[in-house]
Amino acid sequence: MTKTIIALHRVEKHYGDYHALRGIDLTIGEGEFFSLLGPSGCGKTTLLRTIAGFEQVSAGQVLLDGRDMQGVPANRRPTNMVFQSYAIFPHLSVAQNVGFGLRRAPLSRQDRAAAVDQALAMVGLAGYGGRAAHALSGGQRQRVALARALILKPRVLLLDEPLSALDKKLREQMQDELRRLQRQLGITFILVTHDQEEALIMSDRIAVMFEGEIAQLADPQTLYRRPASRRVAEFIGMMSFLPARVSGDEVEVAGLGRCRVERDQAPAGLRDGDAHAGIRPELLSLLYEGEQTDRRTALGEVVERAYFGDMTYYDMQLDGAGAPVTISMKNIPGRPVLERGAKARVAWDARSLVIFP
Amino acid sequence: MRGGWLAVYAVLYLAFLYAPIVLLPLFAFNDSTIIAFPLTGFTTRWFSELPQTPALIASVRTSLVIAVTTAILSTVLGICAARAGARYRFPGKRPILGFIMLPLVLPEIIVAVSLLVVILGLGLSLSSWTVILGHTLICTPFSIAILNSAFANLDASLEEAAVDLGESRWSSFRLVTLPLVMPGIISSLLIAFTISLDEFIIAFFLTGSDPTLPVYLWGQLRFPQKIPVVMALGTILVALSVLLLTVAEFFRRRGVARAGGRDTGGFL
Repeated sequence: MTKTIIALHRVEKHYGDYHALRGIDLTIGEGEFFSLLGPSGCGKTTLLRTIAGFEQVSAGQVLLDGRDMQGVPANRRPTNMVFQSYAIFPHLSVAQNVGFGLRRAPLSRQDRAAAVDQALAMVGLAGYGGRAAHALSGGQRQRVALARALILKPRVLLLDEPLSALDKKLREQMQDELRRLQRQLGITFILVTHDQEEALIMSDRIAVMFEGEIAQLADPQTLYRRPASRRVAEFIGMMSFLPARVSGDEVEVAGLGRCRVERDQAPAGLRDGDAHAGIRPELLSLLYEGEQTDRRTALGEVVERAYFGDMTYYDMQLDGAGAPVTISMKNIPGRPVLERGAKARVAWDARSLVIFP
Repeated sequence: MRGGWLAVYAVLYLAFLYAPIVLLPLFAFNDSTIIAFPLTGFTTRWFSELPQTPALIASVRTSLVIAVTTAILSTVLGICAARAGARYRFPGKRPILGFIMLPLVLPEIIVAVSLLVVILGLGLSLSSWTVILGHTLICTPFSIAILNSAFANLDASLEEAAVDLGESRWSSFRLVTLPLVMPGIISSLLIAFTISLDEFIIAFFLTGSDPTLPVYLWGQLRFPQKIPVVMALGTILVALSVLLLTVAEFFRRRGVARAGGRDTGGFL
């Protein structure tokens, strides 16, 4: 990792009886796109506001650029924030909004106007300076908020669910743009989101939070392929769980069969006895009549299917397994969509399993 | 014909409400000291007699000073209460805010008598200040009601965003919150001013040697030949009140629109 820009040591936050943050330890590198991901109420926004300086920690330390931020108010921190509501000042024009942070900067009027124009151009709103802020669309407000925060050249840009108010198309477009902006500027971005897909698409690293604690901190691929717990696995993407029995490095999975697993497939360690084997839908496949494979196979019956156009999701009841497993298949010629009640073989690999206690 | 009866009721209702007020200007321009029909002729004599009554001018001045001071005091108190109500959570918030609004429904005579008892009990002498005290007490709930809608529609992130961009807490309030609630503040000032200006009962009980305008007018009613002059003054006051209330409501609505919120409440 590059130079550390933010370091949190055992950060605690209490609101009366409510324990919002429980011993958060975290370091974020310079120029990193970092995401805090979790369900609502998990403390991710509180953590972001703690870094911004809107909340004081109850215990622990927040270091920014190596400097202790205890008692440093938000207006003296080298961070800027894009708020969930965008918090665009409705009584000011777009240019006045974007230039708001430069009020105290020792700049001439021309320099200030040039900086505002440049910031607006950066977010694709060149020429919008004279418009009234309250007349903008959702996507435009988002861009103004971004320009307003970036004009101060912060060391860290904090984004509090910035895309949750946008429709799907616009959201995907803004995800690309945020990523491009972050690479172009080299500024550290910290994104708070409850959308796992958004976090996976955009981030260099992701901290998954539950109940004020970091459940797992990893890059997107590790997070998806080797979730540290069942809870993380269920939160990030889809995963089916089958009852299993561990003995040594051998696992007997109900419905699939016996196989050998590697250490890294059991994030919580392998212990002899009852366990659960998790597997992602795309790592299982249905075999059609006459299809050959050198992968392991099992037998099952389609109990439910959902057709998505490009994909079909099947719930398959495997012979000898308790609950059905979910399998996703690309819809390509020669692979007709199977009806409920159809019997089929299922192909799988030992490396695809993740073993949880 | 249900709608028809309702329409008749509405017309009667409005007639009872406004007919007496229409009589005011009617007799103010009538060329006779006797307040009775038929009208005898048109005159502006009563209006021109107004400035030639020094005691009347003095009472107008007293009333203006009291009304302006009351407007400022109750608006400042209203801002504090409305902001606290909109931004913070604290124990006993609902009962406290409820208690502040109570004078709105308390009979004025009760407020007046109890204030008089307290002030005399404390050994204070009655003056314009005691009237200001009483008026502030009854105007503050109105100010809070108006300012509540201005503050409640305000996004709390706005001030935080200003702080985040380098402003102090006070300058954030001044640069962002104040301009956005300014229409509410103006409308609160105007309504408190209007209420104080024509308030009689509290002023009557608590006034010292300088009577307010309504108190002075009430005293003049004993002299029949002065009544047309009082009518003239009343006409001016009604016109001013309507004007002020209209302006106040205009500003309140503009404020709600500017903060981008929904219109909830208001007086007109």
